[in-house]
Amino acid sequence: MSEAATSVAIESVVRDSYGRLVAYLAARSGDVAGAEDALGDAFVAALKRWPAEGVPEKPEAWLLHVARNRMIDGTRRTQVRQKSEEFLQQIAEEAQAIAQAQEYFPDERLKLLFVCAHPAIDPAARTPLMLQAVLGIDAARIASAFLVSPAAMSQRLVRAKNKIRDAGIPFRVPEPPELDERVSFVLDAIYAAYTSGWESLMETASTHHALAAEAIALGRTLTQLMPREPEAYGLLALMLHCEARGGARYTSDGKFVPLDQQGTALWSQSMIDEAEDYLHSAAVFKRMGRYQLEAAIQSVHADRARTGRIDWKEIALLYEGLERIAPGIGSLVGRAVAIAQAGEPDAGFATLQQIPPNRTANYQPYWAARGHLLRLLNRNSEAVEAFNRAASLTDDPALREYLLKRSAENINSNS
Amino acid sequence: MNNTTTETNTMKYALLVHQSQEHFDRRNDAAAVAAGKAYGEALQAAGIFVGGAGLDSPQNATTVSVRDGKRQVHDGPYAETKEFLAGFGIIDVPNLDAALEWAARHPAAGFASIEVRPLLGSHFMVGTPKPPK
Repeated sequence: MSEAATSVAIESVVRDSYGRLVAYLAARSGDVAGAEDALGDAFVAALKRWPAEGVPEKPEAWLLHVARNRMIDGTRRTQVRQKSEEFLQQIAEEAQAIAQAQEYFPDERLKLLFVCAHPAIDPAARTPLMLQAVLGIDAARIASAFLVSPAAMSQRLVRAKNKIRDAGIPFRVPEPPELDERVSFVLDAIYAAYTSGWESLMETASTHHALAAEAIALGRTLTQLMPREPEAYGLLALMLHCEARGGARYTSDGKFVPLDQQGTALWSQSMIDEAEDYLHSAAVFKRMGRYQLEAAIQSVHADRARTGRIDWKEIALLYEGLERIAPGIGSLVGRAVAIAQAGEPDAGFATLQQIPPNRTANYQPYWAARGHLLRLLNRNSEAVEAFNRAASLTDDPALREYLLKRSAENINSNS
Repeated sequence: MNNTTTETNTMKYALLVHQSQEHFDRRNDAAAVAAGKAYGEALQAAGIFVGGAGLDSPQNATTVSVRDGKRQVHDGPYAETKEFLAGFGIIDVPNLDAALEWAARHPAAGFASIEVRPLLGSHFMVGTPKPPK
C-alpha cells in the first residue's frame, strides 16, 4: 500500500473515529491529554507501518492497542500511578475483544461532551475543549476562531485538561434533576463554537463563522447521542437555519444585508429543509426550550422564501416565550423590533425602553434596533445618535458601514 | 451514578468553608450547631468522612514564616479578607461530582461558599476496572 493510500486510510479513521477513540481512552484513564497524546503516537505508528503491512481489518482496534501501549510506557516512565496499569490491562482486553468480535467499540463521546462542558471547567475553555477532544482540531485553529493567541489557547486547554484529570471530574452522563442543566451547558458550548467570531468579522467573510461546519458536526453528533433530547434538535435546526443564509449576508462586494432584506434565492433551501425536519423532530417531545424557540424564530424568517412576507406577530410571540425560558437582553430587543415591525412602533419602542440602561450600554443590537424604531417614529435626530452608537460598537466593518448608512438616511429624510 | 471509573476508586477532597463575619458570629446558634452535627453524622454514615473541624476566629490566628533562617511571627491570619476560612472537612468520594453533591449539602452552603479542592496526590481515577458485563 502506498503512503498516499495509507494517509487517506488514516484520515478516514481520524474523521470517523477520532472523538470516539479519545473518549474511549479518556473515559477509562480520566486523562484527556494523555489519551490524545497516546492516540497521536498511534497515528504516527500507523503511518509508518500500514504502507508495508496494509491497513488492518479493524483499524480502530489496532490504534487502541498501540495507544494503550504508549500509555503504559508513559506511566512506567513517570512511575506515578501504579494502579493505572489495571485500567490499561482492561483496555488491552477490550481492544482484543473488539478485534475479534464484530462489534464496534463503545461510544463514550457523550460522557466526554459532558466532561468538556462540566460546570467545574472554565466556561471559556469548554468549547475549545470539545473542538479539540471530540473533533481533533488543533489549538492554533481554535485560537484564531476565538481571536486569542495560540499560546493563550494552548494554555487554556492544558489547564482545563489538567483540571479534568486532577480534580477527578467523572466521565458520566448526569441523571435528573442535574441532567437538564448539564445538557444546557453542552448545548451552549456547541452554540458558542458556531458563533465564535460571529461579531468579529475580519477583512473577508471567510473568517466569519470560522468553525460553523465543526459546530454543526458537534450538533449532529449530539442528536445521535441524545436522540430523545428535543433541545439537541433545536440547536441543530438553529445552526442550520443561520448557516443556510451564509451566502446572502453580504453582497458580492462585501456590503452587509439585513436578514429581512436578504435575497431568498441565495439561501440554501436544502439546509432550511433539514432545519425544519429537525424542528419537527424536536416538537414530538412537547418540551419547549431556548434553542427550539430560537430556531422557530429563524424558521418564521425562512418562511419568507415561500410566502414573500414575514409574520412579525408570530416572531413577537416566540420572543415572548424565549424571555420566559431564557431571559436576556437579546430576546427583549428582538421582541421590541418584532412588535414595531408588526405595525405597532410605539409599543415596540415602549418595550425597548423597559430594558435597564446599564444592560444596553455596550450592546450593539440594542442601539441598532433603537435607531430603527426611532426612525419608524420619525424621531430622526435621536435615531441618528442611536445608529452612530451602534456603529461604534461593532467590529464588523461591513456592519459598521451599513449602520452609518442608516444613520445618514435619517439626516437626509430630515432635510 | 453512571460512572466509567468504579466506585471503589476514591479521591480525597477538602471542603473549605469561606464565610463572612456576620455568619461566623452566628455559628453557635442552636440551629447552626444542630445542622453542623447532623451533617457530620451524615458524612460518617456515608463512610466518607476523613476529618474536619470548625475553626476559631481569625482574630485568634497567628501567622508564622521563616525567612533567611529567621522565624517571623505575626498576629492575625495570612490575609485579611471579608470572607475567611471558617472550617474544613475532608471527604473520600469517587469523583468531583460526588464531592460537589456533598458540598452542596453542607449546612453553610446556603450563605457561605464551599471551596472543593482535591488533596494533592489523591487522585486515582485510573483504578480497578469494572468487571465486564
